[in-house]
Amino acid sequence: MTLKALFAASASAALLLALPANAAELTIGFSQIGSESGWRAAETSVSKQEAAKRKVNLKIADAQQKQENQIKAIRSFIAQNVDAIFLAPVVATGWDAVLKEAKEAKIPVVLLDRDIDPSGKDLYLTAVTSDSVHEGEVAGDWLAKTVGDKACNIVELQGTVGASVAANRKKGFDTAVAKHANLKIVRSQTGDFTRAKGKEVMESFIKAEGGGKNICAVYAHNDDMMVGAIQAMKEAGLKPGKDILTVSIDAVPDIFKAMVAGEANATVELTPNMAGPAFDAVAAFKEKGTVPPKWIQTESRLLTATDNPQKEYDSKKGLGY
Amino acid sequence: MTALLPRRGLAQILALIVILAVDRVVSPQFFDLRLQDGRLFGSLIDVLDRGTPVALLSLGMVLVIATRGIDLSVGAVMAICGAIAASLADSYSLPVVLAAALGAGLVCGLWNGFLVAVLGMQPIVATLILMVAGRGIAQLITEGRIVTFTSPDLVWLGNGAILGVPVPVVIALGMLILTGAVVRGSALGLLIEATGGNARASELAGVGTRAMILAVYVWCGVCAALAGVIAAADIMGADANNAGLWLELDAILAVVIGGTSLFGGRFSLVLAVLGALIIQTMNTGILLSGYPPEFNLLVKAVVVLAVLLLQSPKLSGFAGIMARLRRANP
Repeated sequence: MTLKALFAASASAALLLALPANAAELTIGFSQIGSESGWRAAETSVSKQEAAKRKVNLKIADAQQKQENQIKAIRSFIAQNVDAIFLAPVVATGWDAVLKEAKEAKIPVVLLDRDIDPSGKDLYLTAVTSDSVHEGEVAGDWLAKTVGDKACNIVELQGTVGASVAANRKKGFDTAVAKHANLKIVRSQTGDFTRAKGKEVMESFIKAEGGGKNICAVYAHNDDMMVGAIQAMKEAGLKPGKDILTVSIDAVPDIFKAMVAGEANATVELTPNMAGPAFDAVAAFKEKGTVPPKWIQTESRLLTATDNPQKEYDSKKGLGY
Repeated sequence: MTALLPRRGLAQILALIVILAVDRVVSPQFFDLRLQDGRLFGSLIDVLDRGTPVALLSLGMVLVIATRGIDLSVGAVMAICGAIAASLADSYSLPVVLAAALGAGLVCGLWNGFLVAVLGMQPIVATLILMVAGRGIAQLITEGRIVTFTSPDLVWLGNGAILGVPVPVVIALGMLILTGAVVRGSALGLLIEATGGNARASELAGVGTRAMILAVYVWCGVCAALAGVIAAADIMGADANNAGLWLELDAILAVVIGGTSLFGGRFSLVLAVLGALIIQTMNTGILLSGYPPEFNLLVKAVVVLAVLLLQSPKLSGFAGIMARLRRANP
C-alpha cells in the first residue's frame, strides 16, 4: 500500500521532487511529451503500471509538447542522479547537447516510441519503438489472406499528409498488397487521423464508387478514422464488417466496441507498452552489463473479431485512450 | 426582407455554379439523389451537411467582422461546447445538454466581447487568448480522450433528418433566417455596420457601440457553440484535439469570399453562408476527384484566389477597360 501511495505521489505534478530511493530498486525519470492523444495518455498509464510491477520508482515529467521542457526535465533528472532516463522525444532533432550531458553523468537514456536524428548514435542506450512500415504490412497481409483469390477494390484513409507514420503505414500496406494481383487500391485520400474527416472522406468514397458497391475493403491508417468511416458506411445503408471489410491500425478501445458489434474486422496494435521492454533493458544493463541492441522493436499484434474483442475493450478502456 | 438578398453577389453565385460544374465533371454522379433510411443521400447533401459547421461559424463571424473585429476563438469554442455536450449527453436530456453547451458558448463570447469592447483590446489579440486556451479547456473537460455518447436525441441532431433534409442543414437555415430577421428586420444591422465603419462617429451619433461589439461576439460564441454541438453529434463523440481545428480560418475565408470587407462597415449574411458553401463544394469535389491528397491544399488555394480575383474591384475595373478598348478598336 505504501508503494502505491508513493506511486500516486510520483505520478502527481510535483514529481520532480526527490523521493526516498530505498522503496524502489531503480529510479527512472521519464520525460513524456504531454497529452497529445489518447494513445499518449495510455502510454503514460501503462508505464506507471509496468513500473509498479517491477517496483521501479518512475518519475514522469509532462513536457506539454515542448522540447525545451523536455530538455529541462532531462537536466533535472541528471541533477537528481537517477538510474536511467526515458525520453519520448517530441521532435527528432536538437538532442545532442543534453544527451551528451547525460552520457557524461553515466546515466543511460532510452528513447520511447520515437527515434531521434541522428539515429543509432552513441547518445542513447536503445530505442523502443514500433515499426510503422511493418504495421502497414501486417494490415495488408491480413487483408490478402482474408480476401483470398477474389478481386478486391480497396479504399485507403491516409493519415495527415507529411506525417512520417502515415507515409510508413502506407508504404507497408502498399508492399503487402502489391504481392497480390487481385488486390487494388482504387482510392486514397487523407482523413487527417480524425473521426470527422474519416467520416467525410468515406462518404465521398462511397459516392464515387457506385454507392459503395465497388468497394470491398477499407484500410485506415488509424482506428479513429475507421470509427468515422464505419458511421459513414452505416448511414449509406451498407454493413461495415460484412459488405465492406475493415482493417486499421492502433487498437484503441472504440474499434473493439465496433468489433463486438460486428462492424469492424481487424486492427493492428500499436502497443502503449513501450516502457516495459525499456525497464527490462535498463535492468539487464545495470545488473549484468548487457548492452541491448540499438533498436528494440515492439510487437505489432493483429487483433481480429475472433480474438475476444470484448476482453480487449475491457482491458484498454481504463488506460485513458 | 429584401435587404437579405443584396444586389451584389453575382461573383459568388457565378463561382458556386462553376465549382458545381467542375464537380459534375470530376464526379458524374454528383447531382444524384436518393432516399436512404428517410434521409436524402448524395454528394449535394454532403456539401450542405459538411458545410454546416463553417456556415454557422460564418454567421457569427460576419457580424464580428462587420464591426471591424475578428474572432479567432471559434474553433476552440466549438471544441469546448462539443466536449460539454458529449460529456452530458448520456446523463441529461437534450434541452439541458443544449442549454449547457450554448450557455458555454455565450460565456466564451462574453469573455471575448468584454476584452474587446470594455478593455479595448485589439480583437485579433483578445480572441487569440481563447483560441489557445480554449482547446486546453476542452481537453480538460474530455480528460484528453475522445468522449463518446449514445444518446439518440443528440445523435439525431447530427445525423437525423426532417423531411429527408439532414437536421444540421435545417438548423443552419433556421439560424440564417433568425439572424437575418434580427439584424436586418430591425436597425441592428445598420448600427453594427455604423460601429464598424467609424466607431467614434457612431458613438458621438448616439450608437451604443460598446453594446453592439459585445453583442456580436456573444452571437459569434453562440453560433460556434451550435457548430460544436453538431460536429460532436455527427461523430457521436467529442474530439477536443481536432474538433473545429483551423475552422476559424475557414469561417473568415467564407466571410471574405462572401464579399464582406475585413475593414468592417458592411456585411452580407447570405453571401457569407454562400462563401461557406463554395468552400465545401470545393472540398467535396476534391475528395470525389481521386487526386492524391498532396494536391488538396494547392487546389483549394488556387480556387480561393480565383474567387477573390473575381470580386476584386481593380480587376473588374481592368476587365471593363479592356472591354471598352476592344469595342473602340475592333
